[in-house]
Amino acid sequence: MSKVMIYGEIKGGKLKKTAFELASAGRKIADELGGDLGAVLIGNEVEQFAPDLALYGVDVVYAVEAPEFESYNTEYFAQALAHVIGEKQPEIVLLSHTMQGKDLAPRTAAKLGVASVADCVSFELDGGKLVGKRPMYAGKCFATWTATQSPQMASARPNVLETTENQKEGKVEKISFSPDTSRPTYATQNLNLDTSGKVDLTEAEIIVSGGRGMGGEDYSLIEETAAIFGPTCTVGASRAAVDAGWRPHSDQVGQTGKTVTPNLYVACGISGSIQHLAGMGSSKVIVAVNKDPEAPIFSKADYGIVGDLFKVMPEFNKELKALLEE
Amino acid sequence: MKSLVCLKQVPDTETQIKVNSEGTGIVTEGIKYIINPYDEFSVEEALRLKEKFKEGEVVILAVGPDRATESIRTALAMGADRGIHINDESLNQADPYAVAEALAAAARDVEYDVVFCGHRAIDDDFGEAGAMLAELLQVPQVTLVTKVEVSDDKKTAGVERDVEGGTEVVEVPLPCVLTSQKGLNEPRYASLPGIMKAKKKPIDKKTAADLGVSSEARLESHVYSMPPERQAGKKYEDMEPAEAAKIVVEALRNEAKVI
Ligand SMILES: Cc1cc2nc3c(=O)[nH]c(=O)nc-3n(C[C@H](O)[C@H](O)[C@H](O)COP(=O)(O)OP(=O)(O)OC[C@H]3O[C@@H](n4cnc5c(N)ncnc54)[C@H](O)[C@@H]3O)c2cc1C
Ligand SMILES: Nc1ncnc2c1ncn2[C@@H]1O[C@H](COP(=O)(O)O)[C@@H](O)[C@H]1O
Repeated sequence: MSKVMIYGEIKGGKLKKTAFELASAGRKIADELGGDLGAVLIGNEVEQFAPDLALYGVDVVYAVEAPEFESYNTEYFAQALAHVIGEKQPEIVLLSHTMQGKDLAPRTAAKLGVASVADCVSFELDGGKLVGKRPMYAGKCFATWTATQSPQMASARPNVLETTENQKEGKVEKISFSPDTSRPTYATQNLNLDTSGKVDLTEAEIIVSGGRGMGGEDYSLIEETAAIFGPTCTVGASRAAVDAGWRPHSDQVGQTGKTVTPNLYVACGISGSIQHLAGMGSSKVIVAVNKDPEAPIFSKADYGIVGDLFKVMPEFNKELKALLEE
Repeated sequence: MKSLVCLKQVPDTETQIKVNSEGTGIVTEGIKYIINPYDEFSVEEALRLKEKFKEGEVVILAVGPDRATESIRTALAMGADRGIHINDESLNQADPYAVAEALAAAARDVEYDVVFCGHRAIDDDFGEAGAMLAELLQVPQVTLVTKVEVSDDKKTAGVERDVEGGTEVVEVPLPCVLTSQKGLNEPRYASLPGIMKAKKKPIDKKTAADLGVSSEARLESHVYSMPPERQAGKKYEDMEPAEAAKIVVEALRNEAKVI
C-alpha cells in the first residue's frame, strides 16, 4: 500500500527528469506521513525504469503494460492511472505539469471525482494534508491550495522541485489492466516531433528570447547564443515576434504563452510588457539587452545592457564561447 | 455544425494583480474584464465552422457573476447565436470540477457536434475544466488544439495539437471536447452591426438549482501572496558592446553562478 503515488512520464523510450523530481518530493512527503512511495508507469517494457526510480526514493513501481499503451492516449492512460489509484488507494497522487500531465491529470481526476492542484512550485504537509503553492495570473501572484477530497491530486511544475537521491529496494508490481476500448477516444495519425533535440521552453534551464527588436525572422544571432549555452538552452520569443510570424506560437513566453522558470533568461529586444513579465518574471537570473534605457524590462533585469542587440550579442557570443570553452 | 463554447470572463492581461490585505484573494476593485483569450479562439473557430457548413449554431456557455453578461454579449456580437449564463453565488469562486459539473449539466440541454473550451483560464491557470467536462460528458477530449477540420458528415474531425517538442495529428470521433491553444486562428473583432444585433440575441439565465448541481468544493485556497519583488540589478550604459558583454558574461559565471 503506497500512501503517496507518482506518475512517471515516459517520452521517447526514456523516463523524463520530472519523474525524479516527483519521486524526490514524494519521498519526503511519504516519510513525513510514514508510508510508502509508489510510482505508476504506463507503457511497454516500463519495468526497466524501476532501478532509476528506486535511486530517488521510490519503494515500488506499478507497471501497467498493454498493447494499447504503446503510445500516449488520454482516455486509455487516464483509465489505467485511475485503475491503479483505485486499487492502491494512495492518499496523495502527484503528476508533472508537462504537456502530457496537463492532459492526463484533469481527465484522471474527473474519473475519480476530484480536482487537482495544478502547477505547484512547492509542497508541504499541514495536518497530514498536502498543501501546494502555485502561481496564478501567470505568476502575478501565488496562492496555497489543498484538495479537500481523497485522493489528493496535484501536479508540479517541471524543473522546479529538487532531485535528491535516496536509495530504495526498487520492487516492481505488475498491474494487469487493459483499457476499455469501447470508450470513444482519438486516434493518433501523425506525430511530428522536432528531432533537433531542442528542449521545451518550460523545461529549459536557459532561455534566450527575442522580441520585436530582432527586426525580422532571422534569429540566427540568438540561436547561436543558445547553441553555445548547449542542449539545456532554447530560444523563446515575445508575442510581438510571434504575431509578426517570425517565430512559431509555441515559442511565445508570457501570460498567453508559456510561463517559464529557467535559471537564466536573456531578453533581447524585448520591452518587458506586463504580459511578458508575467511569464518569465520568476526566472532565477534575467539579462536584458535593449537599446532603450527606459525599457521596463530593465526594472526586472539583474544585468542590463543598454545598446543595439546586433552589436552586443555578437560580442556576448564571443565572450560566452571563450568562457565555456575554457 | 453546432458548437458549444465555454467562455470565462477574466481580468484583462494588463491588470496589475494585487493581493488583498487579508491574503485571502486578490483586490478586485478597478479590474477590467475580458473574454479569456483562449476562449476567444474558441468563439472564432466555432463561427468559422458554422460558416463553412453554412448551417448550425454557436452557443456561448458561461459561469460567472452579473458582469459575465458583458463577455457573453461580446461573443454574440462576434456572431454567436445565443448565450447561456449560469449565475450563482455558489459557483463564483468554484474550482474547475464544480465548474465542469455546471457546464456539463447545462450542456445536456444543448445539441452540439463540438464543445470548445480554452486550454486554460488565464486567471486561476488551472487548465482542468475542459478535460473534466469531457469526462463528465463521456466524450473524447483533444487538448491544446491548433487546427480543426471537421469531416463533411460531421462524424469525425482531424485535429492538430501541441505536444512537447512538436505537434500531433489525431482523428477524433464527434461529439468531443476541444481545448483551444494559441495559433488556432486570429479572432475577429465585433462589427458595429454585430454589436447591434447582439443586443437582441437571447441569453438564458440559469442558477445551480435550475441545473440540479450542488457544488461541493474539491479545492480550497488558503494564503495568497505576491512574488518576491524583483529589484533592478546592474545596468551597463554608454559602454562599448564588447566591454559590457564581457562584464555580464563573467558576472553570470562568478556572481550569479548560473553558467
Ligand atoms: C491579451 C493579451 C495577451 C498578451 N500576451 C502576451 C504574452 O503572452 N507574451 C508577450 O510577450 N506579450 C503578450 N502580449 C503583448 C504585449 O502587450 C506586448 O505587446 C509585447 O510583449 C511586446 O513585445 P516586444 O517586447 O517584443 O515588442 P516591443 O514592446 O515593441 O519592444 C521591442 C523592444 O525592442 C527594443 N529594440 C528595438 N530594436 C532594438 C535593437 N536593435 N537592439 C536592442 N533593442 C532593440 C526596443 O527598444 C523595445 O523596447 C499580450 C497582449 C494582450 C493584449
Ligand atoms: N466559469 C466558467 N464559465 C465557462 N467556462 C469556463 C469557466 N471556467 C472555466 N471554463 C472553461 O474551461 C477552460 C479552462 O479553465 P480552467 O480549468 O479554469 O483553467 C476555460 O478556458 C473555459 O473554456
